[in-house]
Amino acid sequence: MRVLEMNHVKKSFDNETIHVLRDISLHVDEGEVVAIIGPSGSGKSTLLRCATLLTQMDSGDLIYTGTYAARDEGGRSVYAEKKILKEIRACFGLVFQNFNLFPHYSVLKNLTDPQISVLGRKKAEAEKKARELLAKMGLEDKADAYPCQLSGGQQQRVAIARALAMEPKILFFDEPTSALDPELTGEILKVIRALAEEHMTMVIVTHEMAFARDVADRVIFMDGGVIVEEGAPEDVISNPKEERTRQFLSRFSAE
Amino acid sequence: MTIQTMLQELSRGFLTTLSIFFFTLLGSLPLGLVVNLCRSCRIAPLRWLTKIYISIMRGTPLMLQLMVVYFGPNLIFGISTPSNWRSMAVIVAFVINYAAYFAEIYRGGIESISLGQYEAAQVLGYSRAQTYGKIILPQMIKRVLPPVTNEVITLVKDTSLASVIGVVEMFTRARQIAVAPHSPGMLTFAAAAVFYYVFNYVVAFVMERIEKALDYYR
Repeated sequence: MRVLEMNHVKKSFDNETIHVLRDISLHVDEGEVVAIIGPSGSGKSTLLRCATLLTQMDSGDLIYTGTYAARDEGGRSVYAEKKILKEIRACFGLVFQNFNLFPHYSVLKNLTDPQISVLGRKKAEAEKKARELLAKMGLEDKADAYPCQLSGGQQQRVAIARALAMEPKILFFDEPTSALDPELTGEILKVIRALAEEHMTMVIVTHEMAFARDVADRVIFMDGGVIVEEGAPEDVISNPKEERTRQFLSRFSAE
Repeated sequence: MTIQTMLQELSRGFLTTLSIFFFTLLGSLPLGLVVNLCRSCRIAPLRWLTKIYISIMRGTPLMLQLMVVYFGPNLIFGISTPSNWRSMAVIVAFVINYAAYFAEIYRGGIESISLGQYEAAQVLGYSRAQTYGKIILPQMIKRVLPPVTNEVITLVKDTSLASVIGVVEMFTRARQIAVAPHSPGMLTFAAAAVFYYVFNYVVAFVMERIEKALDYYR
């Protein structure tokens, strides 16, 4: 099943003077893990923000499991009505670079409150789900702690658990390890790898090339607002066809 | 007049001071939230009106505002005000003045909350009202406590302005006593100063307690 489809997405800022996305099309199938790599300013994050409805596209389609969140009508993206967008929001999750946990809520409440407030789950049910996920993240003893009492890696695992508690069909990661030191990066990558083994559908924007090569089913290399190269990781990362990809990856060759 | 009578009289005035203080906070702390919402709402005319209101409240003396609220209805609109209008006018004037200040303090608090909090709430599917009520407001309250404390302490002292429309709160009473024959004179003002100081000491203590109680997160 096709979980996400984006067709001919364009996005510019400052009265169309800065073109961040120039005609991007991509699709993600159920169970697929897609890694998006590329230099800073290549439009990776904007693409993710468009997919998660945090930024509006100028033109192009955005489709989740066959439902249009936005449809291109005469070169303009027309977004669906509020009710449909709410349903669409329920089918994806996003893990931010800087976690964005709710600091005034305990770890447990960070996981239960969205389930109760948004999905209308009963408190007991939400707590059961939350504790299962915390156990899976190796954080069962942190349920009553507050985010500020946790390390960056622990906070990011809580953020992943919070997203998973909503049972999304697809999970986006926006540079999930960029705010972490190498040691903590490892623990997050381990968690994402475990999710990949469970065939969680994921789109991961990352600078961890070795990780992208190991975990992704498909790698997309972006630069200057376009997809330069796309394919199996062994092709794109280990054996790139495009000169620009080779140039970019040469900086990581030391790894 | 003995010192004891003077203190009794001041205490009676202090009750009026206390009630101005209490009712002003009761009205202006929540009204400030409403003003703050109007200031950033989607209806442009309401936004402008709110900005004008805040600008007038901050740009003119509270003493003048007290007089306008008290005398205005009668002098400007010819409405005959009820007999207890004096005590109502003082609360109305204080509430609308302090609400403007609190609204600006709240705005500062809300603007200091990172965009990431809104985005996280939005992606999780929280509605706008839920985002505001559950995520933004509680964090805002913690951040605005120090400036709110400042404002509350100013309010304790500002209650003395009520004397301009003849409300007999503690300071008005102290002035009356001080000029009366055979009174303790300047000692009355010293006693009034102690009242204000102790009151503010208690206010500062309570606010510090509240800040400590919210210290469980950063």
